[in-house]
Amino acid sequence: METTMQSPMTPWPYRIEKVIRETHDTFSLNVVPKDSSRGMTFNPGQFNMLYAFGVGEVPISISGPKPGEQGMIHTIRDVGVVTGALHQLKKDQTVGLRGPFGSAWPIEESKGYDIVIMAGGIGLAPLRPALYALLDQRDKFGEIVLLYGVRKPEDLLFTKEFETWRGKYGVQVKLTVDTADREWRGNVGVVNTLIQRADFDPINTVAMICGPEVMMRFAVSELKRQEVPENQIFITMERNMKCAVGFCGHCQFGPAFICKDGPIFRYDKVKQFFGIREI
Amino acid sequence: MNKSVTIDREGLNQLIIVLGGMGFQVVGPTVRDEAIVYEKLGSIKDLPEGFTDEQDGGIYRLKRRQDQSLFGYAVGPHSWKKFLHPPERRLWQADSEGSDFEIKPEKLDTTKFAFIGVRSCEMHAIAIQDKVFINDKFVDPVYQVRRENAFFVAVNCGQAGGTCFCVSMNTGPKVEAGFDLALTEVLENDRHYFVVEVGSKKGEACVKQMTHQQAQKEEIAQAENVVKETAGQMGRSLNTTDIKGLLYENLEHPRWDDIAERCLSCANCTMVCPTCFCSTVEDVTDITGTHAERWQKWDSCFTMDFTYLHGGEVRASTKSRYRQWLTHKLASWQDQFGSSGCVGCGRCITWCPPGIDFTEEVPKIRDSETQSLKMS
Repeated sequence: METTMQSPMTPWPYRIEKVIRETHDTFSLNVVPKDSSRGMTFNPGQFNMLYAFGVGEVPISISGPKPGEQGMIHTIRDVGVVTGALHQLKKDQTVGLRGPFGSAWPIEESKGYDIVIMAGGIGLAPLRPALYALLDQRDKFGEIVLLYGVRKPEDLLFTKEFETWRGKYGVQVKLTVDTADREWRGNVGVVNTLIQRADFDPINTVAMICGPEVMMRFAVSELKRQEVPENQIFITMERNMKCAVGFCGHCQFGPAFICKDGPIFRYDKVKQFFGIREI
Repeated sequence: MNKSVTIDREGLNQLIIVLGGMGFQVVGPTVRDEAIVYEKLGSIKDLPEGFTDEQDGGIYRLKRRQDQSLFGYAVGPHSWKKFLHPPERRLWQADSEGSDFEIKPEKLDTTKFAFIGVRSCEMHAIAIQDKVFINDKFVDPVYQVRRENAFFVAVNCGQAGGTCFCVSMNTGPKVEAGFDLALTEVLENDRHYFVVEVGSKKGEACVKQMTHQQAQKEEIAQAENVVKETAGQMGRSLNTTDIKGLLYENLEHPRWDDIAERCLSCANCTMVCPTCFCSTVEDVTDITGTHAERWQKWDSCFTMDFTYLHGGEVRASTKSRYRQWLTHKLASWQDQFGSSGCVGCGRCITWCPPGIDFTEEVPKIRDSETQSLKMS
């Protein structure tokens, strides 16, 4: 007896609807399923496994679109073999896709709170759908703060949207860079220094953070200093990942599998392991 | 043992043939390369008759027994996971057509395995892997179909191996559940027979096709005695009292450095462990570049690139890898799957080249804690 069964390890074909150049090394792919039975629904913060033919598969968080728009957008930094191969792809070409996987930002649970979003580098990508969801129901939330740090001004993502977020929705968008160039008139320094300049009520704030571990460590300690409760701080973890479904064991972080228990964790639930070297 | 029967060596031979006739690929212990491994069996002639094994930290030797026992040894380097969760398997193939490509899912291989000689610790190990591949959020269809099709002929251990500690892990030596048939081998004077406990309808159907007798009280008592004696022979034990808290609180304990000086990071412990399930994937293409395949292969948390991320390994040191392995096995496994990841089979001790023995290492951590409590 031989049967075929769709394994969670088998990708589905998706068509590239649009390629968007974001920065010098970062691009976005908006994809739609070739098989109409496959959905495009996801929760803000979730990720997909994207496969480039013959090269390999990588976990990429979903960075859009806005609610009600077509497709799933993946914002990718060209840093490796697979992301490099994905970078070569053009409109109407095919990628393999498995997902969406993983936990989501607590949008519903955060109603009535002030929101502080902190992003480092490409960490803004998985936070953008959270912002879209928050702005979609803007009146349900108090202050919304976006603190965003990158290495150099040219690394800033989604810059065209900052004015809309500021102007139309009253988001406090604060930017900083590690190294400025001559044209940069904004802040210079690490992103956690922006916390003190933002206006929010710490006790009544939900913080959502995505960036390098070291950046998150400083961000959490500054938020705690401001008395944001630990169980209102959400961080994202990243580890090597092969399967995204809890089989391969690569993404373990203490007792958590980042693929199925994360990538978004409530800080108090993982703090025992957060920051331990080589954990 | 209500439904117990007895069979002799010929009865056991019939069982192998009957299972083959029922469409099972019969696999079990046999001698190859000076070790007892699990491979295809044609008859009881393939079983390691008259062999036993000497096991200790970093030591495994086959030895001759003074009798014709067929199961007179403990577990070897293989475990049943190589059949249920194969070391290498193709996940799918893809073919490109111009700028497009098509993914071809793998046909599900529904080979039916009959496992002969599954020990209690191994039954527990399979139940533990079930939680990973079937009973969690996602299902591995290959594992699931092989698992559901499998026939289990368990064997109660007639002697403890040199590195066994199943009694302290509550995983043996008596097989309690999950089997179709469970054998206890009895050798008394010049009689050699097996008391067979029937655990399922499938098992019962098999027994009907074999020469068997209703088990007598004395025979059952003899069989129970065999297991009791084995339980009394355990040379090792592990105190698992609050072991999760103990390890979580000692992630920076100096003992990890001490172990790291001996650990070769060779991954043997993970390969022989019947519960270790980690895998990696490999993408291959043919020379034309139009055909691609993705393969899954066993992997180990001891390998160099297991935690590769952004140009480096998260766990670069041997210390951190050993800590991950042991803490996962004994502590975080409990959070993940509701049980320990260790069944006390002792393989990781036997097959560790420098003979690192965690039944010795964990007490070192525990004792130092007690010590420091006394000091404070």
